[in-house]
Amino acid sequence: MSDTFQIAGKTYQSRLIVGTGKYKDFTETRAAVDESGAEIVTVAIRRVNIGQDASQPSLLDYLPPSQFTYLPNTAGCYTAEDAVRTLRLARELLDDHRLVKLEVLGDPNTLFPNVRETLKAAETLVKEGFDVMVYTSDDPIIAKELEQIGCCAIMPLASLIGSGMGILNPWNLRLIIEAAKVPVLVDAGVGTASDAAIAMELGCDGILMNTAIAGAQDPVRMARAMKLAVQAGRDAFLAGRVPRKLYSADPSSPVTGMIAASK
Amino acid sequence: MQLSLNGQQREFPDGLTVAGLIEHLELTGKRVALERNGDIVPKSQHASTLLAHGDVLEMVVAVGGG
Repeated sequence: MSDTFQIAGKTYQSRLIVGTGKYKDFTETRAAVDESGAEIVTVAIRRVNIGQDASQPSLLDYLPPSQFTYLPNTAGCYTAEDAVRTLRLARELLDDHRLVKLEVLGDPNTLFPNVRETLKAAETLVKEGFDVMVYTSDDPIIAKELEQIGCCAIMPLASLIGSGMGILNPWNLRLIIEAAKVPVLVDAGVGTASDAAIAMELGCDGILMNTAIAGAQDPVRMARAMKLAVQAGRDAFLAGRVPRKLYSADPSSPVTGMIAASK
Repeated sequence: MQLSLNGQQREFPDGLTVAGLIEHLELTGKRVALERNGDIVPKSQHASTLLAHGDVLEMVVAVGGG
């Protein structure tokens, strides 16, 4: 049963996007990415460590851009200007690469997005021809504004980045999903497989996660769990769950043809 | 000449191009991107762009991140 989805005109099989941070080493990064089945991987843009041995392997050696779609992010940026500069550098770094993840943070403790700066950066980036997947709060009005600016995917948080607290406001996510005409992906907050399944059952088009996999005791096994959870949640959403019956049961076995009741 | 490279003031030989700087740092062939005084210097212009005393440079790579 084929069930693909599109971002910025490109078709993907996997609805799971994974980050590449926090792994023990590049070998583990690659093993987890492979096991997750992800086709899109996020990367951060950081200063070259001047003086470091240039023969050291880099992330790109382990995750060749020819095999994966890179999603450079603006993690750590607190202003629209820094985010835009970072992504211009990413575009140059990755040979005119246009697909990016915009996040502009507002507070170092919560890593909550600064939506004013996010909106400003999104406008600039869209004008400059970037395909912007945008991390934002789970505010349906802001989500709509980001879509109207021209972002190619809206990525509300489920809970704080790296918190593993799961889906804290399914109602807001549903409001965003119902109103959106572009893909909606939960970005941030997933802690374990059931969280991923819940997000997909709500109708999310996909999920972006990093810590939930990289921070697990066995990241490679958790990557597999997340792949299966995203698939299971997506199938459950498409299949259409049974309605909840709050105050009565409904037997699964026939109610007729019972043997004689004992006296 | 003195350049600010990734926030550090450093001395470099005069007449260095961007390509020359990358070679000087033994980063030739590595995937890096460079911003000079706030503007990107495209790869196609690395060889022809002369750096000047006081330039502020940011040189970046892709690293693991979420």
